[in-house]
Amino acid sequence: MTGFHFPEIKNAPSRFRNALGKYRITITRACTNCGLCVEICPYGVYQVGSKRPKASCEHLCLGPSCSKNDFYCAERCPEKAIHIRLNPSFEVLGDRRWPAELLAGTWHMAETGAIPHQGLNYKTGDSGGGFDKIRFILPKENGNDKPVTDGDISTAIELNRSGDSRPKVTIPVPLYLGGMSFGSVSIVTMLSRARAAVALGTFCCTGEGGYPEELMDYDDNVITQVATGLFGVREDTIKRVRIVEFKYAQGAKPGLGGHLLGDKVTPRVAQMREAVAGSALFSPFPFHSVYSVEDHKKHVDWIKEINRKALVSVKVSTPTDVDMVAVGSYYAGAHIVQLDGSYGGTGAAPDIAKKNIAMPIEYALPKVHKFLLAEGIRDKITIIASGGIRSAYDMAKIIAMGADGVCLGTADLVALECIRCHHCESGRGCARGIATTDDELTDLMELEWGTQRIINMYSAWRAQLVNILKRLGMRSVAELVGRFDVLAHMDYIRQEEIEGELD
Amino acid sequence: MPPKYHIETSQAPNRFQKITRSGIIAWEEGCLKCARCVKKDCVYQVYEKRNLDDRQMLDSLDSVCMDCFRCVQNCPNRLIHKGLNPSYKVLGDHYWTPEIISGLWFQAESGRIPVSGAGYGGPFSGPGFDAMWTDMSEIVRPTRDGIHGREYISTTVDIGRKVMSLEFGPDGEIISPAPPLVEIPLPVIFDILPWSPPGDRIPLSLLYGARALGTFAIIRQSAINNAVREFLPNAIIYVDGNPGGLNTQLLRSARIIEIPDGEGAIALQERLRSMNPDLVVMIRMKLSPKTPEQALTLVAQGAEVLHLVADEYGLEEGKDPLFIKERLKEVHLYLVNKGIRDQITLLGGGGIAMAEHMAKLIICGADAISIDIPLLAAMECRVCRRCKEGISCPVELDDVDPVWGSLRIVNLMAAWHSQLLEILGAMGIREARRLRGEMGRAMFFEDLEREIFATMGKRG
Repeated sequence: MTGFHFPEIKNAPSRFRNALGKYRITITRACTNCGLCVEICPYGVYQVGSKRPKASCEHLCLGPSCSKNDFYCAERCPEKAIHIRLNPSFEVLGDRRWPAELLAGTWHMAETGAIPHQGLNYKTGDSGGGFDKIRFILPKENGNDKPVTDGDISTAIELNRSGDSRPKVTIPVPLYLGGMSFGSVSIVTMLSRARAAVALGTFCCTGEGGYPEELMDYDDNVITQVATGLFGVREDTIKRVRIVEFKYAQGAKPGLGGHLLGDKVTPRVAQMREAVAGSALFSPFPFHSVYSVEDHKKHVDWIKEINRKALVSVKVSTPTDVDMVAVGSYYAGAHIVQLDGSYGGTGAAPDIAKKNIAMPIEYALPKVHKFLLAEGIRDKITIIASGGIRSAYDMAKIIAMGADGVCLGTADLVALECIRCHHCESGRGCARGIATTDDELTDLMELEWGTQRIINMYSAWRAQLVNILKRLGMRSVAELVGRFDVLAHMDYIRQEEIEGELD
Repeated sequence: MPPKYHIETSQAPNRFQKITRSGIIAWEEGCLKCARCVKKDCVYQVYEKRNLDDRQMLDSLDSVCMDCFRCVQNCPNRLIHKGLNPSYKVLGDHYWTPEIISGLWFQAESGRIPVSGAGYGGPFSGPGFDAMWTDMSEIVRPTRDGIHGREYISTTVDIGRKVMSLEFGPDGEIISPAPPLVEIPLPVIFDILPWSPPGDRIPLSLLYGARALGTFAIIRQSAINNAVREFLPNAIIYVDGNPGGLNTQLLRSARIIEIPDGEGAIALQERLRSMNPDLVVMIRMKLSPKTPEQALTLVAQGAEVLHLVADEYGLEEGKDPLFIKERLKEVHLYLVNKGIRDQITLLGGGGIAMAEHMAKLIICGADAISIDIPLLAAMECRVCRRCKEGISCPVELDDVDPVWGSLRIVNLMAAWHSQLLEILGAMGIREARRLRGEMGRAMFFEDLEREIFATMGKRG
């Protein structure tokens, strides 16, 4: 990776007037507007006001835990006019997988590019299993014989490990951005993601919905998707890109097809998908041309023939025999197999499918990694994990469980201030202007802002990954792959087995 | 191909104000009286739909707000907040959770399956039914598209004893006796309710619903009266009193009768069968650690259908009770090992709260399931159980209109039917009959945890 420079972090505050934070600050009438709070708060929570200061950035407040500091405003205020309490709305936010703290922590990273200072848990959720029960065992910092500095650590991964004559494709971060079609998200969301991918030197997938011409400036960083509906798939779109992805299944609705409601099929969407505006579009399940590994190979060969330079990725879900599916994908000639776990996102899917069908990625990935190792082909194919990766820690953990890298979707949307209300499909679409094709709602977001938020968040993720690697004494993320020994599951590890600290 | 089973649904609005998860709290004090209040910009028009004056203080628990937080985030003086609804949090209990109950209400009102955007937001796994996942088909096994109606997936199951082979006479005529078999188009029957407000209206709603769906509702012998008589073709009479007291004509026209387990159960079965050879007799057994052995004995003696019942939390009898799915797996596998599983029908019930529980219990070995509390929840029951204490029902269930009640039940079952199709379709299975006992097409928490996580943190 020569000549690549990571993008600059620029502050990108909430596009709404009041950012959502854990604490709520009220200033009573006793305030004399002396300005002390504005002066002493190192986090810039307060702004000068005409009658009294405004707590315009209360989401940056440390809350009552600040009381140990000499800059604790509530204590220092001469009139004791400042009251800091939990924000009542915070309780309503989020869910078990993305609790309010993880949302707020992610927003903080997207705003500042830095790790949250407010004591928010930005590493795990509250799901009670999987990632949320797994920790790194990090050696005591002085335990390393030779300290590694940040600059020595590579987070790059190679996507073409097959040894064939196709180009090598290296990305400087072990992540790319997953498929979200035009139609399911707005053009601003789509372009923000694509432009962030360019800045980070990685890729962004189109999803199944065609290749909008606005994306054509970013061809080298686009993955185009061939899914079961074949919407918007044309020879020229296949030829434009460096990676083509077959979507066999999607973790959020494994075994089920896609369904774009008629309301979302605007003339623009319809034109791109070569369909009729206003009529619902079904993406069938499965590919009716693929019922065997041999059929699968024909599919892969077809793409390879049309674009002789492209790498082929195969996106599959996680059934009981996910290991066989992965091995089949390798023999069919895929360069990348993307395993999409059952807790992944979607525009709309039956709750019964999201919760119950197919297995979480934390199970599927180790299964496949170990199986491919035993088959002797693990180093010939790139494994990408997706469907439930929410944080830098999830990413690092799944790599230690056998993935080469990860593919993200929901995290990007959270960076764009998705609050996971789960109503992507209701009415005119996403009320926050992310997953919508409504013009007025789309205008709620600006392209520069969206791009920067995603860059900021992944820059913060990369810094965390580098820190984990450094603590583990590793110089490259490739060394972390399949290192189950550096992980602990809180339910099964015994205290005496832990050498170091859990993180 | 048999005619396609289709459940007609129709919107059946709530009678009472719905209890929703959260509400909007807004203060008037400090209001700047902006020229255009942020409330006016609500994407979902909450404030307009509810005819509220946006200049007024409001403390509203509503069902229109979709939690987009835009008003919360845009009010210049931060006067609008969201709050959790305390009455939502106390709905039901640890098993019959607010999410489950409100989900049942939604399905009963609309007949639609719950669909949402973004990923799954719940816990990684949980006890009981939450400790398993179902399989899907990919690349090498075709799925089936039942839900959009392009392929036919049958949810029909049979209740009764099955013959394992046929014997033919010298002229090719079948000489082996063929025991009666009752087909139901949906693997669900309605069980006796563990508690409910008194009166005929609730049982009538159940019977009415059972008739519309082509299935059965179990009704106690003691509850038979003139009001329910019309629905007897869709009733399974539970003989909880003196069998001699059963009306002979009733017995002759019945298709299924349920009797309690215990001494003389098989003798009673035979006596009832001698009066009506077309009758299918179910034996109701309380699930316990002894069930596998008892089931084996009963099958050897000629039992046809065993109805294994857990309590309303899915737990069996005794100390350290096992959950229904675990015990049912054991019963099923035990009978498989003895080579007699296919001869009989196993029904399981108790703790079935969601459509996925139906599919999962069938995977664990039940041919069909029985449900109870969801039928009440379909009619807006809040699972407060006050009726058990004789306190009046907050949603006046004793006064429910059976036509409305049955519509709600039919809607709920239509949604469950569609969800069963989703599970079957994803697995590539075209018949509910073939889902039974397919444990190899499911993934169990305990197995996966042992396989994947137990070795973490170990060197070498």
